[in-house]
Amino acid sequence: MLKNRIIPCLDVKNGRVVKGINFVDLKDAGDPVEQAKIYSDGGADEICFLDITASNENRDTIYDVVERTSKKCFVPLTVGGGVRSVEDINKLLNCGADKVSINTAAVNNSKVVLESSKKFGSQCIVVAIDAKKNRDKWEVFTHGGRNNSGIDALEYAKKMEENGAGELLVTSMDKDGTQEGYDIDLMTKIASRVNIPLIASGGVGNLDHLVDGIKLGNASAVLAASIFHYGKYSVKEAKEYLDTKGIPVRI
Amino acid sequence: MNVTIVNYNSGNISSVINSFKEVAQDKVNIEVTSDLNKIKSSDKVVLPGQGSFKSCVDALNKINGLIDTLNEFAITNKKPLLGICVGLQMFADIGYEETETKGLGWISGKVSKIDNQNGKYKLPHIGWNQINIVKDSKIFKSIENNSHMYFVHSYEFIPNNKSVIVATTDYCKNIVCSIEKENIFGTQFHPEKSEKDGLQLIKNFINL
Repeated sequence: MLKNRIIPCLDVKNGRVVKGINFVDLKDAGDPVEQAKIYSDGGADEICFLDITASNENRDTIYDVVERTSKKCFVPLTVGGGVRSVEDINKLLNCGADKVSINTAAVNNSKVVLESSKKFGSQCIVVAIDAKKNRDKWEVFTHGGRNNSGIDALEYAKKMEENGAGELLVTSMDKDGTQEGYDIDLMTKIASRVNIPLIASGGVGNLDHLVDGIKLGNASAVLAASIFHYGKYSVKEAKEYLDTKGIPVRI
Repeated sequence: MNVTIVNYNSGNISSVINSFKEVAQDKVNIEVTSDLNKIKSSDKVVLPGQGSFKSCVDALNKINGLIDTLNEFAITNKKPLLGICVGLQMFADIGYEETETKGLGWISGKVSKIDNQNGKYKLPHIGWNQINIVKDSKIFKSIENNSHMYFVHSYEFIPNNKSVIVATTDYCKNIVCSIEKENIFGTQFHPEKSEKDGLQLIKNFINL
């Protein structure tokens, strides 16, 4: 039976983890490689890096991080943030990323998804959708949530599937950072419109939220950052909890 | 001993390289190349494959003499070869992804899209699924039945002769996820991304 996936996400800036696990025995708590290794050893089904490096001159730091991580972690590694072109995707894959998530570039130029999925295969193209509710619909935001594209998120999700995305990483901007749980309505609506797997993101504050994302939101995978970073729960605890709720997980 | 990972521009093979190097440490030489002479002289060959069946077959054909060299290695000389994902699928006679494309024809059968029962199941089949080992195989030594492996695919290999099937996985129905025919081995899942059990499989192949 196919298992639902739990994906811890690490924010990386200038090659360093911004919010990370606070373990005393870490040699270098800011090193994304060490943190990723803890997650993969702890049963994470995949690892996600979100590069939030602002300046262009430091953007290359992520390549080194990916290269070092892929030599230590033997679970799939997804990398996103600042991916602008097919060439960026190529570079990340060559460094050892297994999937690349594309956000702003996919909105600005739909050819990026089309061309990259054709060139590298859909299996490594994840389209990240940052959506915010506006009255009765959700709109797609770009540039880390700063710009409203005005595009309807549900239609956009369908279009990205048609363009060759292998998965959708859907983040609710209304819920992100609130710890109130995923936007279940948004997840359900997108999941029912597409045939590709959906990864739910944004708003996890406790383990029941993960359960809801899968059971109610119909997500194939659940992504979370802060509940794991701050040691509130380990990935193992999360999986054991999901298991008691009847959700198939890899233990 | 030399193990060669065939680099024929079939997409991203970094993870395959990393995992083999991790397992081999310094005891086994891992070569990544499309050089025909190096392939010929190596002890074992790994044939990775990402993207579509057609794009991988096209990429093999683009390197002059590569298919002949692989045929000689695996069929004439019967040396161990491991196909991963589309690398396994290409063993078939024919594939139907994008368009009808001839495969290597090493193991009689076809590659067709997984029947997801009109959208009842998501495609691609992505994630960790349990494998059902149906036959003893050297590459599954020390790997328990029902172990989890990481899958990413929308197409499945359907061999004509079921006796080559070593393991299956359950998604929509029983899907062939590993085969063995004499010296030819293949996995539909990605051992390079399947943590300890995946690395064990790689170790088993290297130790054959």
